Amino acid sequence: MNKVLLIIQREYLSRVKNRAFILTTILTPLLLIGMIAGGAYFSIQGKSDHKVAVVDANGFFKNNLKSSKDLAFEFPDDVDTTNYISKGYSDILLIPKFNGNEKTTYILRSKKSIGLVIEEKIEERINTAIEDKKLQDNGITKAKLDSIHKQSQFAELKTEQQSGTSVKESSEKAASLIGYSCGILIYITMIIYGMMVLRGVMEEKTNRIAEVMVSSVKPFQLMAGKIIGIGAVGITQFLLWVVLIITLSSIAQSFIPHETLEQVKAMQQNGGVMPTGVGVMQASEGAQKIYDLQHSFSTVNWSLVIGCFIFYFIGGYLFYAALFAAVGSVVEDLQTSQSLTLPITMPIIFSFFIMTSVIQAPETKLAFWASIIPFSSPIVMMARIAFGVPTTVPYWQLGLSMLILILGFLFTTWLAGKIYRTGILLYGKKITWKEMIKWAFTKTA
Amino acid sequence: MSNILELHNLKKYYATQKAVDDISFNISKGSIFGLLGPNGAGKTTLLRMITGIFFADSGDIIFDGKKFDPLNDIVKIGYMPEERGLYKKMKIGEQAMYLAQLKGLSKSEAMEKIKFWFQRLEMQSWWNKKVEDLSKGMSQKLQFVITVLHEPKLIILDEPFSGLDPVNANLIKDEIYGLAQRGSTVIFSTHRMEQVEEICDHIVLVNLGKKILDGSVNDVKQQFKENKFGIKLYEVPANLDSSAFEVVDQKANALTVKINEGFKSNDVLQFFIQQNLTIESFNEILPSLNDIFIHLVEGTKATTRAFQKI
Repeated sequence: MNKVLLIIQREYLSRVKNRAFILTTILTPLLLIGMIAGGAYFSIQGKSDHKVAVVDANGFFKNNLKSSKDLAFEFPDDVDTTNYISKGYSDILLIPKFNGNEKTTYILRSKKSIGLVIEEKIEERINTAIEDKKLQDNGITKAKLDSIHKQSQFAELKTEQQSGTSVKESSEKAASLIGYSCGILIYITMIIYGMMVLRGVMEEKTNRIAEVMVSSVKPFQLMAGKIIGIGAVGITQFLLWVVLIITLSSIAQSFIPHETLEQVKAMQQNGGVMPTGVGVMQASEGAQKIYDLQHSFSTVNWSLVIGCFIFYFIGGYLFYAALFAAVGSVVEDLQTSQSLTLPITMPIIFSFFIMTSVIQAPETKLAFWASIIPFSSPIVMMARIAFGVPTTVPYWQLGLSMLILILGFLFTTWLAGKIYRTGILLYGKKITWKEMIKWAFTKTA
Repeated sequence: MSNILELHNLKKYYATQKAVDDISFNISKGSIFGLLGPNGAGKTTLLRMITGIFFADSGDIIFDGKKFDPLNDIVKIGYMPEERGLYKKMKIGEQAMYLAQLKGLSKSEAMEKIKFWFQRLEMQSWWNKKVEDLSKGMSQKLQFVITVLHEPKLIILDEPFSGLDPVNANLIKDEIYGLAQRGSTVIFSTHRMEQVEEICDHIVLVNLGKKILDGSVNDVKQQFKENKFGIKLYEVPANLDSSAFEVVDQKANALTVKINEGFKSNDVLQFFIQQNLTIESFNEILPSLNDIFIHLVEGTKATTRAFQKI
C-alpha cells in the first residue's frame, strides 16, 4: 500500500476511534440544541412582568397608554416614589405637565434594572400615546384611531435580486444568517483542526518517533499524511453533525401541531398568504413564522452554498494546517508554541471580525479584498456567497478567490514542508519565525 | 567479500561547522561494523545520510553495488536511532504492523514476521498493551524488533544496549550475531568500547567530522601496540636489569615489561630461562580500544564541539 495512504489511515483511525472524538461528535449538536432550547426557555421564563404605576400630571395618558401582559400601566391615586414598592408595583413613571411641543423628560424609577428592551418599549408607548393625543386633538375620533391601529403594518418589503434579465427573490435575513453560520463554522474548524495538526506533529517530535518515521518515509509524506488524515477526521465529524442535526430537527418537527403544518402547506400553495374565502381559518402566528423561515431559506441557492462551503472548508484547512504543522515541527511543548502560533491565529481571528462587518455590507472594497486574499478568503468569501452569486459576488471574483486559495495552500504546504523536514529532527533549540523562513529559502538537509 | 556500503568523500557542512568532512570507508557484506566517535563527532549526521534522511553536500554513497537511492533503498535499511521513539498511545501489535507496512511489507507478511519475532523474544503477551505501559527495557526490545522486522540488508543500531539489563543485552547481542550470520550487515554506533571489542569485526573512528582510524579490531590494536608483555613467575628475581626490556609495572609476582627497540619477546623469555626461573604465563598486552580512543580523541576540541550552534 502507498505509504501516504498508510499514514492517512493511521492518523484517521487513531482519532476517530478515540473516545473523545465520539463524545464530542455526539455531544456538540445536543449541546447546541440544548443551548438554543435553553436560551428560548429562559427568555420566556426570565421575562419578568412589569407593573408600572403612573403618576400623570396631565390626565390624558390613562386612556392612551397601552398596557400589555408583560408591561402593564396602572393609574392609582395614592402612589408616590416612597411607597410604590409596598403597593405592589415594580416601577413608577412620573409624567410632568405636558408642555406644548417642547421635549419633556419623563422619569421612570425602579427597584431593579429594567433592561434595554423594556426601556425602549416604555419610551415607544409614551410617544405613541402623545401622538394619539395630538391626532385626537386635531379631530380624529378615538374609534377611527383604534381601527387604524388594528390594521397597521400594511407594508411588507420583499427584496429581489437582478442578474441580467432574470429576477430572483432574495432574503437578506436568510443570507446573513447563512453567511454568518458558514463563516463561524469555518473559523472554528480551522482553529480546532489546525491545532490538532500542531499537537500531532509536536507529539511525534517529542516522542522521538519522528526519526524512526523519516527513516521509512519522506518527511513530506509524513506531514502530508497527517494533514490529510486530520482533515478527513474533520469532514467525518461534519457529516455526522449534519446527520445528527437533521435527525434531531425532524424529531423536533414532530412536536409541531398538525394544524399548524397544514396552514404552512396552504400558504406555500398560495404564495405566502392564507387563502381567503368563506370558512377558511386565519393563519396562526406560529404557522406564519414557520412559513417565513421556510420561504426565506428557499431563496438561497443551497447547492452553490454547500459546494462552496466544502471547497472553502478544505481549502482554508489545507492553507492553515500546513502552517500549524510547520510550527508543530519546531516546538517541543505547547507553551513555547503559543508565540509562534500567534502570527497564524491572528489572521484567522481578523478574518472573523472582517466577516461580521462584511455581513452588513457585502459589497465594499474591504469585502472584496478580504475575500480574495487567501488568509481571510475562506471565512469572508463564504459569508458573501450566501448573498448570491453572481449578483453580490460575480463569477470572476469567486473564481479568482478559489484559484488564489489553491495557489495559497500549495505555497504554504511547500513552505511548511521545508520547515518541517529541518525542524522535526532538531532538538533543544528555540526557533523563531525568522529562522523558519530562512530554512525554507535556503538549502537544507 | 563484496561491500554492502561504500562512502566516497562524503561531506556535509552546516552554517557554522563541518559536521562530516570528507569521509570515505567501505563496509563489507555480513560484517558487524563499529562506528565510533565522541559526542558531536558527526556520527549521527553520517548515519542520517546513510539512512537517506539527510542529503550529502558532496560525495557518493554506493549501496549494494549501486548509487544509493533513498526512495527505494530505504526499505532495505533498518535504523534504530539513539533517541528511541514510539507512539505512546498506540497498541504494540498495531504499532509494529504499521511500521512494518511502512517498510514495504504486505499485511500478511508483516503479521507473520511480527509473530515470529514476538515469539522469539517472548513478547506475545504484549500485543494489546500500549507503549506507555512498557518499561524502558521492554520498549527497547520492541524498538529492536521493529528495526529488524523487515529483514533489512543493512541494520543501523545507535547505542542498542543503553537501558538494557545484562540478560536482555545478551539476548539482543545474540540476535545481532544471528542477523549477521544470516547475511545482514550491522552498523553499530556507540562509545561503549568494551562492546565494540567484543562484537565488531571492523571499526572506523571519527572525530571532528573526519575519519581518524579505519581497520579491523585486531589491526587497530596491532597498530597501536606498545610492545608490552605480561609475565607471571613463581619467583621474581632481585635483579631485573636487562638490555632487552624495561619493567613498567610490578604487582607481586606479575610483571609488565616493555621490550626495547631491536629485541624480541624471546629475548625476554631467555633472560628468565637462563636464570632457571619457572614462567607461569607470558602474553602480549594489546591496548584496549578504550585506551586508543582516549589517546586519539583527548586534546582535541571534541567535547566543546558538541555544544556549538548548528
